[in-house]
Amino acid sequence: MLDVSLSALTAQVFTGIVLGGILVLMAIGLSLIFGLMTVVNFAHGAFYMLGAYVAFSLLGLTKSFWATLVLAPLVVGTLGFLVERLLIRRLYGRSPDDPLLLTFGLSLAMVEGVKLLWGKIGLTVDPPTQLAAAVDLGFMRFPVYRLFVIAVTAAALLALWLFLEKTNVGLIIRAGSRDALMVRALGVDLNRIWLLVFGIGIGMAGLAGVLAGPMRGVYAEMGVEIIIECFVVVVVGGMGSLPGAIVAGLLMGEIVSLTTFFAPRLAEIVVFVVMAAVLLVRPSGLFGEAGLAE
Amino acid sequence: MHRRQFLTTTTAGVTLLAFPAVLRAQTKEPIRIGFPLPLTGTFAAIAADLQKGAQLAMEEINAKGGVMGRKLEVLFRDDELKPAVGAQRTKELIENQKVDFVVGGLAAHVQMAINEQTKAAKKLYISVSQSDEISAKPDTSPLTFHEALNPTITSRTMATYGMQNIGKKWWVVYADYAWGKQNNVVFNAAIAKLGGTVLGSTPYPLGKPEFSAHLPKIQAAKPDAIYAVTPGADNVPFLKQAISFGLKKEARIAQPLHFLYYTKEGGAEVFQDIYGATHFCHELAETLPQAKRYVEAFTKRFTQPPDSYSGYGYNGIHEVARGVELAKSTDSDAVANALRKNREYDHYKGKQWWRACDNKSFQDLWIIKVRSPQQVKGEWGFFDVIGKVAANEELDRTCAEKGHA
Repeated sequence: MLDVSLSALTAQVFTGIVLGGILVLMAIGLSLIFGLMTVVNFAHGAFYMLGAYVAFSLLGLTKSFWATLVLAPLVVGTLGFLVERLLIRRLYGRSPDDPLLLTFGLSLAMVEGVKLLWGKIGLTVDPPTQLAAAVDLGFMRFPVYRLFVIAVTAAALLALWLFLEKTNVGLIIRAGSRDALMVRALGVDLNRIWLLVFGIGIGMAGLAGVLAGPMRGVYAEMGVEIIIECFVVVVVGGMGSLPGAIVAGLLMGEIVSLTTFFAPRLAEIVVFVVMAAVLLVRPSGLFGEAGLAE
Repeated sequence: MHRRQFLTTTTAGVTLLAFPAVLRAQTKEPIRIGFPLPLTGTFAAIAADLQKGAQLAMEEINAKGGVMGRKLEVLFRDDELKPAVGAQRTKELIENQKVDFVVGGLAAHVQMAINEQTKAAKKLYISVSQSDEISAKPDTSPLTFHEALNPTITSRTMATYGMQNIGKKWWVVYADYAWGKQNNVVFNAAIAKLGGTVLGSTPYPLGKPEFSAHLPKIQAAKPDAIYAVTPGADNVPFLKQAISFGLKKEARIAQPLHFLYYTKEGGAEVFQDIYGATHFCHELAETLPQAKRYVEAFTKRFTQPPDSYSGYGYNGIHEVARGVELAKSTDSDAVANALRKNREYDHYKGKQWWRACDNKSFQDLWIIKVRSPQQVKGEWGFFDVIGKVAANEELDRTCAEKGHA
């Protein structure tokens, strides 16, 4: 028998926001990279995992969670630059399958590489002491660290929005995702823009990994699990759509959280059911433009 | 390359290649034991410990001259925590490496796949995984031995102890795979039989340590205690999340099993006052001479004390060796019969025995509780041994219940 009270449901919705927040951070990078570069980045989960591992090591070096929170996404983002410059750039103009295969291979190599560097056994990262407690929200006790994750996610999204909407580079990125050929014809070096976008997208995956580490632990397979959910989010939201990634990410977080409450065993499957249902009604996703992925 | 040069190089090459064969022919072939185990994935830390125990046993036996004048060679293979890979590695070990016996398998679902292969190849298999099915029909076989505890024994023990000492109203969180499900079923039945209540049971996918969506519901139910069947690398994230939601203050927590290495990884702050069962912890060296010898040998060899599963690996290899010595043969049937006829053994922690009907090992187990950070002794002394449950066939299902009529 289920005792469904309003406060229990509110608590459930609240936990769903954090689940969704991590997915949004992941999916937005994935969507950004796809929207501009039509690269399906299968290594996105591996960069999320790498973010968590880099954070573990940086935390050991700097002894400061705050420094780690800033530095780790930058380190991972820089690796993203290198991957774009040295590997993916060679595949532009070929079929979209080629970068997909490349990044898939890369993700396998990264998982094995991490095991070589950090060992096969998972690691533990603690949240900073200031964030370790739980606060009483009236309807439940909620970990301060999870509130912090919501805040960082919101701040990162706001910064990305300002960057895309209010800066000249942002303008070029938006234009480039509409019509790359035209932007090129206007004399813009899109190679540099793609480099930047890939780095930002990867950096956001790294940030998601840094944030997830203290909640879920750090282990080599962590990226493999989340990448599937992220693809679901991107597909449901609409390939290449940033508002779509945000809405679908939060929606998935809530769906998983609420399903866990009523029927925990279905929580794994329900996201795929929702994806199938959305695709039946809107084949290009909630916010997607038809024809983008063709 | 000139003809002569070619001839010299090839001759030299062929000689070199043939050399190991010459060497091998001069000594006796080793007895080979295949050992699949999940060196990657959620159970990697436990598998590493299991491997060390098996290795120590092999080295001890070989240092004393091996078995029937033949060295033991244990071939470890990573089953990646996947049944299909476990089956494949076992098949390769049997067909390509020509192993005489198989020991190992750690996760209940992978171990079943290994068992299918050893059954088909008619090789003796000593499972070191916690599983109820492995020693029951239709999965077991006369060549399948089971060294580990099983969910029935562990969860009946914890339910009995828990009802007397921890609480009457429970909530179960369990990993949704063979071992987790079996523990949930057994624990529910045992608590009901003892007059307690299980308010609810929550499954979660093994290896996916995000529990936040489960926790508000558990908190709302206000159980006295939580039975956390969150094995391997899921253990620390579960407890940390339970603490961060304030759940550890509201309810006591018990686990079917405690592991030293995860406890150390998570730290005493996280694990303090959590109850669990174990078939071995290095603190037993303080009271048991056999354990003292084993812990000292292990610590000397690996510069850290053993966790619990190394004991299973250690016993698995020692039992194969004992069986071969008794049977004077490496024939799997002969070794299995010899072990059933000479049921008792004691390699590292006291008397154990194989039950004749199901080849199940019976052994003592202990209830342990994690000390507070101030009470932890040295680097590794996390556990207070608070109770002993002597080996007892009645803790498990009967031979008839397991289908051995």
